[in-house]
Amino acid sequence: MATSLLPRHLSDNGAVIERHWQELSSRRRLYSWLGFGVLFLALSGSLWFANDSNAGKFFDRLPHFFDFVGDLAPRDGLEIFRAMFDLPSPYDDGSFKYNYPEGRLYLTESFYIPEYVHKMLETVNIAIFSTVIGTTFGFVLCFLASRNLMPNPWIRGTVRRVMEILRAFPEVVIAGFFLAILSLGPIPAIAAVSIHTIGALGKLFYEVVENADMKPDEGLRAAGGNWIERVWFGMVPQVLPNFTSYFLLRLEINVRASTIIGAVGGGGIGELLRLSIGQGHQAKTLAIVILLFATIFAVDQFSAWLRRRLVGEQAFQLAQ
Amino acid sequence: MTTTTRLNPMEMDAIASRHPELLKSSASKRMRTAAIAGGVVFYLIFSWWFFSIGQVLGNANWGIAGTYLADWVSYEVRPEIHVAPDRTMSLNYQRNSPLGPNPNPAWVELDRQTVTRRVEVPATAIQAAKPKASSSFSFMAPGSALGGATATADAQNRVETRTEEVLTRVLVTYDRSTRIEVADGLVKATHGGETLVMAVDGADTVTPQGALPNWATQKRPGEKIVLAFGATGWAEVEGDEVSVRNRFFGWANFLFDTNSPFFRMSYGEVASLITSGERIDPARSNLSLAWNNILYNAEWQHLDVWTKLLQTVVMAFVGTLFASLIAFPLCFLAARNITPSFLTNQLVKRFFDFLRSVDMFIWALFFTRAFGPGPLAGISAIFFTDTGTLGKLYSEALENIDDKQREGVKSVGAAPLAVQRFGVLPQVLPVFASQALYFWESNTRSATIIGAVGAGGIGLKLWEAMRTNSDWENVAYMVLLILLVVFIFDSISNACRSRLMGRKAH
Repeated sequence: MATSLLPRHLSDNGAVIERHWQELSSRRRLYSWLGFGVLFLALSGSLWFANDSNAGKFFDRLPHFFDFVGDLAPRDGLEIFRAMFDLPSPYDDGSFKYNYPEGRLYLTESFYIPEYVHKMLETVNIAIFSTVIGTTFGFVLCFLASRNLMPNPWIRGTVRRVMEILRAFPEVVIAGFFLAILSLGPIPAIAAVSIHTIGALGKLFYEVVENADMKPDEGLRAAGGNWIERVWFGMVPQVLPNFTSYFLLRLEINVRASTIIGAVGGGGIGELLRLSIGQGHQAKTLAIVILLFATIFAVDQFSAWLRRRLVGEQAFQLAQ
Repeated sequence: MTTTTRLNPMEMDAIASRHPELLKSSASKRMRTAAIAGGVVFYLIFSWWFFSIGQVLGNANWGIAGTYLADWVSYEVRPEIHVAPDRTMSLNYQRNSPLGPNPNPAWVELDRQTVTRRVEVPATAIQAAKPKASSSFSFMAPGSALGGATATADAQNRVETRTEEVLTRVLVTYDRSTRIEVADGLVKATHGGETLVMAVDGADTVTPQGALPNWATQKRPGEKIVLAFGATGWAEVEGDEVSVRNRFFGWANFLFDTNSPFFRMSYGEVASLITSGERIDPARSNLSLAWNNILYNAEWQHLDVWTKLLQTVVMAFVGTLFASLIAFPLCFLAARNITPSFLTNQLVKRFFDFLRSVDMFIWALFFTRAFGPGPLAGISAIFFTDTGTLGKLYSEALENIDDKQREGVKSVGAAPLAVQRFGVLPQVLPVFASQALYFWESNTRSATIIGAVGAGGIGLKLWEAMRTNSDWENVAYMVLLILLVVFIFDSISNACRSRLMGRKAH
């Protein structure tokens, strides 16, 4: 074998190197184990804390977990579709549980939009509207925040800090604040989602701008273009595909966000879902869940397809 | 062969003028920008109508918005001066006044007088009247006031002769240029060099003497007058009452609430009590008493807020950790270059899509029903959603790996598991870890909001504080803590990610 040809004893130099390597690898192993130990401790501590401060304890509730899933089954499968399309139910006893036709929105004498579809459209529209608003502001701000277009560190720093605060500020608080001033309705949700979107997209946008090719900009500067011309003709054409991709990505996230915000008081489908789960209306709950699932799935797939067409595979970094 | 492709500008112009169609973009391309811009504008107009934004913004109460915003960083003290028809006055403070049960602030000057007079006491008014009088002059235990009320509750309206101390003059000083003086049925308000005198009759009519300055408003003659003094507060003058709202910057009673023995002490006094003072409560040291009083501060509820914040952090941590642990093995099944079975790939990928598309919010509602409100529901919701998201991202990372290393390991006859371990893992592990860290950080943010629907954490507490519309300073405190925590985790996660990935991670 080849190994027998190798010298049995290493020279001094070789021994030092071997010892050094062994030391390094054992230290590395020690760090790995220490890391795992700390992670394990943190995890078990967290689990204990979570279980301890929860209303129901995990192992007490686990056997009843599927009871709840069973509770969700409606009286018959068709009920779900009746709830979804606001058709009258044969079980209608005047209670909220079966009053499906109540929420119809009549467009003409006989043509109506079912309540949940209407609310779902409202939620999606909240998402689109706030994404458009957020993109517009993010678009304007990102050029002021990027290192290569804004040499003044004060303006750049200020814009960046503002965007950071907008991004990290809890959406619930913005929604709650506007809810207190305006009455119930979609505008608190729009405000919350757009403000967050400005911060999030602004950051992604200025990173794209910073990675852009500066040669067109140099050319424009050499030809005497002012700042706006440099941005508009040198930068925008390069970054527009990526911006569009991030816009679509944000749209996916915002459809979810506007649903949640709706549940805490912003109107739309989220509120209906929270109410119907809370009151145990099985058919309504399932109808909304299916509708929501289908919508989110459709928006995701559409946006993924469009992004792949626009920027290819690099479109798949998720960001919030 | 060596013809240069460089043209001088004149030749360029010549070519351009000979073939103008080459340099002009096509009609559809030129129209596209305009079409998109027009579409966006049209959509915005449509949405303006759809959400009836103009109407809602018009009806909004913007004055209240300013007050709520000011509440974030300041608090109001509200002495109310009650003017009787005989022009004597009494003064009381709001319930749970930040000044404590027996306030006597320096900015309220009182002239007192003891009078004997006959007052008509309606049977029902006793309960209300007694604490009112007690809070301004002598602090009576609430029990005794209640006892007095029950003893005379069955009495009819009757006339009593009482000797009591009344106020003849009250002077409230807001700041150097703003003050209100009430004496002899006249309210004299001074703000910014202008003085307004109003006559109050002790019943329901207010009559301003002279023109109203622009900081005073009265809707109809005789009705209440609202005096707005800007940031320093406001006041409302009614026929029988002057409600003063004096605003102070800062958070009131942040450490010790009004029931604490340390209330109204300076930091130095508290420190000396803790280090060398006599025990206030013989059962325990002053330090533990002070700490306990801080934790259970009734107004700020520090312990509860911190616990809920910790829950939020824990939800994000455990949820993301579990999600990445489960997504890790599954993503190998989903990647088509690792598992060459179309059926398995599709099954696992659709499973990820399902977890992702049933939104975190729906999962949160479900698990709140299943486990009861609390962080377990939040953990499960984050875990389910992020298994889908991370699984998708991980399998995409796997599909983009460099195949050469895998082939190299395979070619020396390594077992399949060893091929994955040495040919694949070293390439993707930094990406996996970086993405898990990113989601940990972003979940710390989203855990706040699913908390608001009951899935544990600080979200619900935040929501409850906002709903009362009077605890905006608590909202500010929690927001500040959340921002701090998000900032810390942001930095940790960014530092870890840039160590793992180099500059690329940002």
